[in-house]
Amino acid sequence: MDLLSYFLRRLVQAVPVVIGVTVLVFFMIHLVPGDPARTMLGTHASPARIQALHKEWGLDQPLWVQYKDFMSRLLHGNLGDSLYYQESAGTLIMGRLPATIWLLCYSTVLAIVIAVPLAALAASKKDAARDQVVRAVPMVGLGFPPFWLGIMLLLLVALHSGGFFPVGGYGNGFTGHLQAMFLPSLTIALGISPILIRSLRASLLNVLESDYIMTARSKGISERRVMYRHALRNGVISTVTVLGINLAFLVGSTVVIEQVFAVPGIGQLMLSSIFQRDFPIVQGVTLVFAIMVVVIYLAADLVHAMLDPRVRFD
Amino acid sequence: MSEPLLEVRDLSVEITLSRGTIHAVDGVSFALEPGAAMGLVGESGCGKSMTLRAILGLLPRPGRITAGQVLFNGKDLVKGGQRGLREVRGGSISMIFQEPMTALNPVMRVGDQIAEGPRYHLGWSRSAARDRALELMRMVGIPDPRRRMRAYPHELSGGLRQRVMIAIALSSEPQLILCDEPTTALDVTIQDQILKLLQALRRDLGVAIVFVTHDLAVIAQTCETLAVMYAGRVVETGRVEQMFREPHHPYTLGLLRSVPDFDVVRDSLEAIPGMPPDLASTFTACRFAPRCQFAQDDCLAGEVNLREIDGGRSVACLHDDACAAAASADPVIARV
Amino acid sequence: MATAAAPIVTEPLVVERHRGFRERWYRTPSFVAGLVIIGTMLTLAVLAPVIAPYDPNHQDLTQLLQGPSSQHWLGTDNLGRDVWSRMLYAARVDLQVAFLAVCFPFIIGTVLGCISGFYGGWADTGVMRFVDVVVAFPFYVLIIALVFVLGPGTRNIYIAITLVGWVSYARILRGEILVAKRQEYVLAARGAGFGDARIVMRHLLPNVITQAIVFAMSDIVLDLLAIVTLGYLGLGIQPPTADWGTMIADGEQFLTTHWQLSTFPGVAVVIVGLGLSLLGDGLADLLRPE
Repeated sequence: MDLLSYFLRRLVQAVPVVIGVTVLVFFMIHLVPGDPARTMLGTHASPARIQALHKEWGLDQPLWVQYKDFMSRLLHGNLGDSLYYQESAGTLIMGRLPATIWLLCYSTVLAIVIAVPLAALAASKKDAARDQVVRAVPMVGLGFPPFWLGIMLLLLVALHSGGFFPVGGYGNGFTGHLQAMFLPSLTIALGISPILIRSLRASLLNVLESDYIMTARSKGISERRVMYRHALRNGVISTVTVLGINLAFLVGSTVVIEQVFAVPGIGQLMLSSIFQRDFPIVQGVTLVFAIMVVVIYLAADLVHAMLDPRVRFD
Repeated sequence: MSEPLLEVRDLSVEITLSRGTIHAVDGVSFALEPGAAMGLVGESGCGKSMTLRAILGLLPRPGRITAGQVLFNGKDLVKGGQRGLREVRGGSISMIFQEPMTALNPVMRVGDQIAEGPRYHLGWSRSAARDRALELMRMVGIPDPRRRMRAYPHELSGGLRQRVMIAIALSSEPQLILCDEPTTALDVTIQDQILKLLQALRRDLGVAIVFVTHDLAVIAQTCETLAVMYAGRVVETGRVEQMFREPHHPYTLGLLRSVPDFDVVRDSLEAIPGMPPDLASTFTACRFAPRCQFAQDDCLAGEVNLREIDGGRSVACLHDDACAAAASADPVIARV
Repeated sequence: MATAAAPIVTEPLVVERHRGFRERWYRTPSFVAGLVIIGTMLTLAVLAPVIAPYDPNHQDLTQLLQGPSSQHWLGTDNLGRDVWSRMLYAARVDLQVAFLAVCFPFIIGTVLGCISGFYGGWADTGVMRFVDVVVAFPFYVLIIALVFVLGPGTRNIYIAITLVGWVSYARILRGEILVAKRQEYVLAARGAGFGDARIVMRHLLPNVITQAIVFAMSDIVLDLLAIVTLGYLGLGIQPPTADWGTMIADGEQFLTTHWQLSTFPGVAVVIVGLGLSLLGDGLADLLRPE
């Protein structure tokens, strides 16, 4: 089976998940204790306003009708209107999306740049001092609250960098983004690299003990080539899946990191909307985040299939 | 006797584990002439594979060579260190492994794997290495090599994979190929094809072979000389037909009697009773004595070392005459 | 000639494990280190009312933003409250919530994972599709969204963590059960005519639960991080109750002048995380069948 049909099959498999996601997001409103419309609009809202919102959200309809309306709106790209801004939730979210995607891609790259050499370093000499040190990293690293790590980076780097790394914002242009988003991306990268290092090291060790590494060595090629061409390539395969799962987690930490570094992404939009009790936006952002995760899983599978010819033939 | 191609002298390999040090190979010596084929047999865990891997310095962690020499064309590979080893690996010596599935890199096209040695060790140009790979695939009998070059290992059958392994081993025109149970993982019919291929290559290319196996039938088919290993030591060496006709070590006799598929139909198969000893312990007696039907009190007095007997053979047994007599009274095979 | 036979487990492994556990736990360094760290933190938390030098919410307006001194070991915050006392009381709240919060998803996930793995079929499909949907939501996003719709407060934190957290346990248990139920001793128990419930409770669960317990250690860390994060965002434990997250948030505005206000509570979280990681690693070592 070629790559395209593999991808199409995975795409079809993702459809039920996406439908499930919409159901869950739809039910969010019904988890609100009491009258959602009153809760969202606050105690000072006029009865007429509450009544209007009831009608807009279709709260007086039976559940399945509500879901049907929700879905048909969704399929037209309509996430509802903001209660706070005079704009649709979709427009607001789209405007904020680039910053979040920037943050995600940037931190993925940084995480790989951090994790791969460290794991290779550790695995190349098992139980040596450098291995012990690298193995200790995940132990300590797992307990770091992402936002606190961000604050510490602000304190230790941004405040001493003479403005080179700004304490917040998105920056202008490509190099501007690269500079301004460095610390927030680094925070997220540091947050997931412990798990990456751990899994990459384990799979590298596994690979290094396999027969084909011995075959490679028996060809008399350099140890460097054995490590990079044979071991790393195989070790990375299992890590791609782990990276995919962790990227999903990482997507979540962007919410908090955007808050710490004042990055104008959808995470920050979600938090500000929470304080403005702007339900449609919170709901829309939640949905967008979930779709992003589904896309990331798909991408991880695709990369996996590209790296590992065996997958496509299953 | 001409100058040996490979001479292993008093080679010892130790594996340090948490439960103690295992003396996997303990003072093994043998020699091999250019173009010759030697078998190295024994039960699993007797150190035969370790010996083979030690020759190329490919011991699995945490194994290491603690004593001895590996002389290849008169040069000591143990003393030469990693640099010297890399010279001969994929140069004058290559290796074939047991499991062709796991011994090939699953994410690399087989053509690239064959061409890798010439390209990155011998420094050939990309196209020359490619052509060489194609030629080798043809030589080892892979049908439609142009298409198969682009295949991944999992797309090939077990027999074809082992042929790819052999092509890799041949890629540098070696003087010596070390085979680590190259047919164990294959079907009997495929096994036969691979053995015939190795024999043909040996005849045509004049390459010497060390054949590690636990299968005496394979030895009978491919080798001229044989070294039998037991518990980390060589217990008997000699020419194959002599040893099969008249084994002088009780362990060799036991191995021969437990083989089911020689031409002669025997009444019953005899397994050797007992278990091989723990190689972490120290020995003060003949290592085989507890399992030996010819054992006497003097066997327990101390370790029994290899000594030369008639016909260029060596045996590590005090009562080898009794064993040989028993073998001729009840021949294992009439003719190999 | 010799054919390799797959190893067959004929007895429950658990008997062996327990003996090993009693004999070996004190010789596993990571386990002991984790135990010491978590033990110390829990003791400090429990004894907070006894050892805290001040009322955590007492505002001394003559002592605003003091640096560490013999009077105030870790200094005071912008309302003149003693940071050390607040740290201790925060440990009380945060650790209690984190340790309790892990229980509900553990139980629910274990039950659903067992059902899914043991019965297979539509029950399995149903549970696993639900799992697929839940894991599509990033952890923090779903927690934050749930706390938003449910409203802040400890009870809703428990609910949110349970709704999100059970999937990991369900996945782990399902995978383990799928392997374990094909083992010979389970088939033997079936052959002996034991009911499903008895087979699962007596024969399967003791052998598969260890993985879930090991995971629970890192899950407590995750929950603690979630609680602290919610606190930092103002959605978690509500003031004036001391909580490490809100303490970090309150200190953030004084970062340039009084860095210790945000630093110390974070360090406390990191220490707890390290302790639980060590404990989980040690447990994994100890419970791994030889």
